[in-house]
Amino acid sequence: MSESRQVVPAQRAWMTLVLKAGTPLVSAILAMGVGSLIMWVSGYDPAAAFAALFKGSFGGPKQFGETILRATPLILAGLAVGYGFRAGLFNIGAEGQLMMGGLLAAWLGVEMAGLPSAVTVPVLLIGSALAGAAWAFIPAILKARIGAHEVITTMMFSHIARFLVQWLVNGPIKAPGQTPQTAPLGLSGQLPRIPTLFSESTLEALPFLGLGRAHTGILVALLAAVAVWLVLKYTTLGYENRAVGYSPWASETAGISVQWTTVKALCISGALAGLAGAVEVMGVHHRVFDQFSAGVGFTGIAVALLAKNHPLGIIAAAMLFGALQAGSGTMQLEAGVPQKIILIIQALVIFFVAAEQIVMWFIRKRQKEAISGAE
Amino acid sequence: MPVLELRDVTKVFPGVVANDKVSFTLEEREIVALLGENGAGKSTLMNIVYGLLSADHGEILVDGEPVKIRSSRQAIDLGIGMVHQHFMLIEPLTVTENIVLGREPGRFGVIDIGTARKRVAEISERYGLRIDPDARISDLEVGLQQRVEILKALYQGARVLILDEPTAVLTPQEVRELFAVVRSLVDEGLSVVFITHKLEEVMAVADRIVVMRDGAVVGQTRPSETDEVGLARMMVGRDVVLRIDKKPVACGETVLEVRELVVKSDRGLDAVGGVSFQVCGGEVVAVAGVGGNGQTELVEAIVGLRKPVSGSIALKGNDITHASARSSIEVGVSHVPEDRHRRGLILQFNIAENLLLGDHRVAPYARHGVIKLREVISMARKRIEDYDIRTPSEKVLGSSLSGGNQQKVVIARELGRNPELLVAAQPTRGLDVGAIEFVHRQVLAEREAGKAVLLISLELEEVLSLADRILVMYEGRIVKEFAADEADAETLGFYMTGGGGTKLEATPPEASPAGAGVGE
Repeated sequence: MSESRQVVPAQRAWMTLVLKAGTPLVSAILAMGVGSLIMWVSGYDPAAAFAALFKGSFGGPKQFGETILRATPLILAGLAVGYGFRAGLFNIGAEGQLMMGGLLAAWLGVEMAGLPSAVTVPVLLIGSALAGAAWAFIPAILKARIGAHEVITTMMFSHIARFLVQWLVNGPIKAPGQTPQTAPLGLSGQLPRIPTLFSESTLEALPFLGLGRAHTGILVALLAAVAVWLVLKYTTLGYENRAVGYSPWASETAGISVQWTTVKALCISGALAGLAGAVEVMGVHHRVFDQFSAGVGFTGIAVALLAKNHPLGIIAAAMLFGALQAGSGTMQLEAGVPQKIILIIQALVIFFVAAEQIVMWFIRKRQKEAISGAE
Repeated sequence: MPVLELRDVTKVFPGVVANDKVSFTLEEREIVALLGENGAGKSTLMNIVYGLLSADHGEILVDGEPVKIRSSRQAIDLGIGMVHQHFMLIEPLTVTENIVLGREPGRFGVIDIGTARKRVAEISERYGLRIDPDARISDLEVGLQQRVEILKALYQGARVLILDEPTAVLTPQEVRELFAVVRSLVDEGLSVVFITHKLEEVMAVADRIVVMRDGAVVGQTRPSETDEVGLARMMVGRDVVLRIDKKPVACGETVLEVRELVVKSDRGLDAVGGVSFQVCGGEVVAVAGVGGNGQTELVEAIVGLRKPVSGSIALKGNDITHASARSSIEVGVSHVPEDRHRRGLILQFNIAENLLLGDHRVAPYARHGVIKLREVISMARKRIEDYDIRTPSEKVLGSSLSGGNQQKVVIARELGRNPELLVAAQPTRGLDVGAIEFVHRQVLAEREAGKAVLLISLELEEVLSLADRILVMYEGRIVKEFAADEADAETLGFYMTGGGGTKLEATPPEASPAGAGVGE
């Protein structure tokens, strides 16, 4: 208890930072290591594979644009899951809320085709967020009122959303033609691709702006990440969210309503997922079809886990997953490694993050050696 | 020859020397109390003996032979058993199943439960540790669960038994039973290390006392050669006032008025069965009682965490019977919860965030939903200064603080709010003497400032030293009220355990033949 036994604060701050970013980083590296091993055992050349993967994701502005394109909805989905986690809630059904957000954007986008973009885009985004929040609201109320576990309820609502979309695109809102899909959004509701914002001459002068298919949805995602970060750090709402996530008992004792905080947290989570659906529809597909969500909501869980639910870390984690997805095509084409290996690497990342204890053991062992070496 | 000897054992954790060249001996049939404040290194030392930690330097000798203990399995093989503060029992399994776990009799992977039960019965008979071998752990009281832990160590052949803070979770009655058990174990040839920070226990049970401070042994003595004041001085390194003198304070207006309050427990029983009392400004009213007699529910009702079934609660004449925890805080009720880790603090929050709990919505700490970090940090620094919270900065996590400092954070927060009424539930539970003195001074300072204090405590010494009036609670009712100078520990103990007649009308002892002979 005397002063001599206190850990030096500077050293502790440094260690906290290393530990904060350390485990996700080590996890990602370990995952790629084991992924390489799997490739090597299967008779592929891991070096060539990773070279091609890198080329396909960061090799040029167009490739980098593809990485951004993939990362955009992942950031929002990661934020959705991460915000829930910070309140101690596992919103495993972000996929469903994402579909509802996308569905609303697709419908409103057609209805509002004639209006200016300055009106349509904000209305679509806000509408999608509300749709996602609404889809999370019923599980939230069930959780707060009768304690129904959100893992079950949000998952079930995810299935409902999926079949609802399937039914709608095959009948009620199906566009004329063979394919079961909705009519395309009006131009006013579409998020423009980043290169289209600049003139030919600008693009020639600044070639790094030629970001291929990347669209302005990335701005929405980045703004959302910063907003969530600010909310968690600087507002009463975020403070209560974290308090309930860590200890509902202490929160209750401090006069925080655990039920109300739960409802708010799941709805905000749903809103962020809804936005993820909106940017996919407004920026990429311009319409809704069966399974348009492509598991983005579920990958969002992985993104949040890897980032340890930190909003700014989620941007980095989503970029990593985005890069893996974007580069996998080139990898298959140039190194002959099946695209599916990416799914294995993704799964390994999750495995190592979940097995944090193992990773921590590695880190602690190194620390221990460092300490005994110092004596 | 000592059964256990440690020579110059040193253990360094990153940044902390937990044990600094500690030497220690335990003779056969001896009870040695290892006394020290929280964080003095007592548990670390014994965890090294039990093979849970490894020493960086030093030697361990068992029966004079140097040994290396790398796992608890090795320690058990050497005849060393340890009962931890937090029990390591599997709740859904029975007493027998828990005791034989890891060394089950039987063959081909089939447990011979008959033999197991017989062996458990034999051991329980031999050492006088009565227990129902077929009871489920989850159905047993804490004192009996501890007994299962001891039996488990004996079953594994322990000759040296290490008890880590064994009384922390026990009622006074259970403590007395434990002491009897420990003595009978020694009579049967065992040697016992008793880790504690409670002075009166040391005086009652130990043959020899080894005092640790800051990771080193600072002295040895025997109960016959010292007293509690002397021990406290050795332990803390300065003079400690065990019983603070109270200034006379005139009773002001009535602050808390509870009338005919009925509160149900989680299981739907009447935990509080019609309780009435008042607390006025400048007064400390203590509720004394054995744990589980409705004190928790009473506190939760007053601070707005539990809805009363009937009756009323008023603060300075305003009805707060149905107030939420939030409005209860807002009208001036502060609460030091009995469970510091669960309700008092958020361990993952830093000190500043913990000090903000409950005030996080109001000016000057928050405006329009935005938290003013600058205000919060300057408040935190002031509280750390005022309440002597030992920490390098306000950014240290709650989980990194010692128990005493954690409690200081809770008290700093609750008193810093300048409440009308302080409800303090077991505010010194698990604290060492230095921290206890601090808490007692704070409680009395509130009293001198004319505030009302409702103190709930299981410690008679604390009740007698702080209270102006004492209410004895038994089975949800207040069975006796004393002015402070009328009461003594004997009389209080008598009423706390159901003396004074209330129990007689319920069940005469002979009335339940069916239950007789089973377990206790």
